[in-house]
Amino acid sequence: MAKEATEVSYGDVLNRVTRREDEMQFDKLSLSMGPSHPSTHGVLRLILDLDGEVVTRCEPVVGYLHRGDEKIAENMTYNQFVPYTDRLDYLAPLANNVAYALAVEKLAKLEVPARCQAIRVLVSEMSRISAHLMGLGAYALDLGAMTVFLYTFTEREKLYTLFEELTGARFTTSYTRIGGVARDLPEGWLRKVEKFCDQFLPVLDDCSNLLTRNRIFLDRAEGIGVISKEDAVGYGLTGPNLRGSGVATDLRKDCPYSGYENYEFDVPIGTKGDCYDRYLVRFEEMRQSVRIVRQVVKSMPDGPWYAEDAKKIFAPPKDKIMTSMEELIQNFMIVTQGPQMPEGEVYFEAENPKGALGFYIVSKGGGVPYRMKIRSPSFCNLSVLPKVAPGCLIADVVSVLGSLDFVMGECDR
Amino acid sequence: MEFTTLLIIIAQGLAVIAVLMTFCSYAVLAERKVSAWIQGRVGPNRTTLPVIGAIPIIGPILTRLGVFQPMADGLKFLFKEDLTPGHVNRNLFILAPVLALIPALVTVTVVPFGQYVTEAGEVFPLVLADLDIGILFILAVSSLGVYGIILAGWASNNKYSFLGGFRGSAQMISYELAMGLSVLPVFMWVNAPGGESALNLHAVVQTQEGVWLAIWQPLSAFIFLIALFAETNRLPFDMPEAETELVGGFHTEYGSFKFGLFFVAEYAHIIIGSAVFVVLFLGGWHLLPGVPLRIEGLLGAIVSVGIFVAKVAALVFVFIWVRWTLPRFRYDQVMALGWKVLLPLAIANLIFYALVIAAIDSLI
Repeated sequence: MAKEATEVSYGDVLNRVTRREDEMQFDKLSLSMGPSHPSTHGVLRLILDLDGEVVTRCEPVVGYLHRGDEKIAENMTYNQFVPYTDRLDYLAPLANNVAYALAVEKLAKLEVPARCQAIRVLVSEMSRISAHLMGLGAYALDLGAMTVFLYTFTEREKLYTLFEELTGARFTTSYTRIGGVARDLPEGWLRKVEKFCDQFLPVLDDCSNLLTRNRIFLDRAEGIGVISKEDAVGYGLTGPNLRGSGVATDLRKDCPYSGYENYEFDVPIGTKGDCYDRYLVRFEEMRQSVRIVRQVVKSMPDGPWYAEDAKKIFAPPKDKIMTSMEELIQNFMIVTQGPQMPEGEVYFEAENPKGALGFYIVSKGGGVPYRMKIRSPSFCNLSVLPKVAPGCLIADVVSVLGSLDFVMGECDR
Repeated sequence: MEFTTLLIIIAQGLAVIAVLMTFCSYAVLAERKVSAWIQGRVGPNRTTLPVIGAIPIIGPILTRLGVFQPMADGLKFLFKEDLTPGHVNRNLFILAPVLALIPALVTVTVVPFGQYVTEAGEVFPLVLADLDIGILFILAVSSLGVYGIILAGWASNNKYSFLGGFRGSAQMISYELAMGLSVLPVFMWVNAPGGESALNLHAVVQTQEGVWLAIWQPLSAFIFLIALFAETNRLPFDMPEAETELVGGFHTEYGSFKFGLFFVAEYAHIIIGSAVFVVLFLGGWHLLPGVPLRIEGLLGAIVSVGIFVAKVAALVFVFIWVRWTLPRFRYDQVMALGWKVLLPLAIANLIFYALVIAAIDSLI
C-alpha cells in the first residue's frame, strides 16, 4: 500500500514537471482558476492549459469544501441529520430537507398525510424558484450583467422572508422531520405566497427582457458549451442541465413523489444543449414552479400535518407531552433513541433544483443509519467539464460554469 | 515677466488637476448612486462631515445624497498600506499607474469648455492651450494611456494581469483606428475645401452654432461613441478588467493609492472622452440645435461653461447607464466588432461624406 501511494505521488510530480516544461517552452500557459475566483462559485478549482486564450485542457479539482457529511450521518439519529442536509445545496435547503425526509420515510415505508405532502411540494417548488433565481442571477453576473443579479437577489430575499416566517430561519431552514414537518403553516401565510407569485412574474419578465433577446448575451451563450444528448446521459447529468440537452427527464413526472402527480406542469427541454438552452430551461422552470405553487395553494388540504400513527417515528406535539404520560414516553424515546427504522437498504432520488439528489441509506434497525451515501447532482454535472471546456476561450469557460449552475457545498459534501 | 508666465502655467496645471480630480471623484459617486438607483438599492448614504453634516435639514439631505462620500473614498486610498508584491517588476509596477493617469491630465488642457464674448462681438474660447492641432493632440496623447495597462499587466508578473494587459493593448489599438476615421468627416465638414484648414476644436464648436454635427453626421457620432466605450475600457468592452474572468485583469496586483490612480484614470478618460464628444458632435456650449449662445461678458462665460458641463454630465450618465445594463462581450467578439464592423463602416462613412462635401462644393 505504502509503495503504491509513493508511486502515485511520484507520477503526479512528474506530470507537474512536464507541464511546467511545456510552459517554459512557451507552448502552453497553465492557469489555475480558483479555488478562490469570482466565477467558480465557491471553491472549485480548474487547472486550465491555455494556448493563447483557448483552453486546450481543463481539469476540475474538487474537495475544498469536503466536510464528511456521509460519515457524520452514521453518528447521529435520522432527525439530527436534517440540519446537515441544509448545507448540501445551500441555495435550496428546503428541497434538500424534503428529499432526505422522503428517503428515510421510504425506508420506514411510512405514508405522510395529504397536507404534509402538499406542504412539502410547496416548499420544494419555492426553493426551486429561489435556487434558479440565484443561478440565473449569478450566470448574468458572470457575463457582466450585474443588474440582473440584483433583481433576482431581491426576489430571492422576498422568498427568504416567507421561509423565515415558516421555519424560523432564512437560510438553514431544517424544516422537515421524519414523518412530517417541524410546524404547520402560519396563519395567512398562503395568501402571502400567492401575493409573491403575483408580483414575481412581472419581475421575471423584466430579467428576461434584459437578457433573453440581448445581442451580447446571445453571442456569449448561444452555441457555447454544447453538451450533446449522449454526453449528457453518459456523464450522468441531471436536472436542468440534462433537460437543456433535450432529454425530457424529470423525476417529478417520471416517478412522482409526495403527490406531484396531482399537479399540472410542463417539463421544458432544450434543443441544442448549449448555455443558452440551459438558461432558457431554468427560466421556464421558474414559471412552471409558480404554476405548481399556485395549484398547491389553491388545493391545500386540511388535516394533520404529520403522521400521527407513526408513534415510534414522529414526536408528538409539545402540549400533549406536558399533559399525557403516553406522549411523554413517546417523546422521550424518539429524542434519546431516534426514530426507529426497520432493517434494510433504500435509495431515493428527488428532483432538486440542481438535479437528482439521491440518498442511499443502509439501516441495521434502530435510530441511526448504518451507512449513508449522498448522490449529489452538482458533482455529476461538473464531471462533464473536461469534455466541454477544451476549445473554449477563458470567457466561455466562465459562461459554461455559470450555466451548469453547481453548488460546491453539495458537490464536495 | 518670465516669472509670472511660469506662475500662471503652474497655476493652470494645478487647476487642471484639482478640477479633473473633483470631477472624477464625483463621477465615481455618480456611478455608485446611479447603479444603486438602477438596481433598486440605496447607495452611499452614511458618510458625513462633522460641521456641515450637523446643519439642520441640509446636512442630512447632503449625507443621504452621499455628497461627502468621495472624500472618504479618496482618503481610503491614501491611508491604505501601499504594498508592492515581491514578485513584480518594481520600477514598471510603480510607473504603470502614473502612465495611465498622465495622458488623461494632459489631454484635458486642449479641450475648450466655454467661450467669452466681448462687447465688440469677438469670441474667445475658454481653453488652457488653444492648439491648432487640437484633435490630433488628443488622439496622440490619449493613445499613450494604453502603456499604463500594458506595463501594469506585464510588471505584475501574474497570469491574469498579463492576459488583461495584452487584451487591453489589442483592444485599444484596434478601436483607435475606427475612432480616428470617424473624426475625419467632422473636420472635412468644418474646413471648407481650399480655405484655411485647422484641426482646432474651438472652430468645430463655432460651426455648430446652428445645427449640431450629430444631426449632420449621426453615423460618425455613433462610431465615435462606440470607440469611446472601447477606449475607456467600460462595459460592455471592459476586457482588460473583466472581473469575473480575469479577477481584476491588469490591476489585480494593485492596491491602495496605486490602484486609486488607475481608478481615477478610468473616470478621467470617461470625462475627457465625453467632453470631446460634446465638442465634436453635441454642439459644445451651444444650448440646443439652432439656439446659439451669444451672451456677452462674464455671465455669458459662466453660462457657456455650465451648459458644457451639463452636457458632459449627461454623457457620463449614459456611460454609467450602459455599464449597468449590458453584459460583457467576449474578447474575440470585441476584436471582430472593431475590425469587421466598425472599421469598414467608418471608411464607408468617410468616403460618403467626402463625396457629399465634394458634391456640395461643386454645386455652390
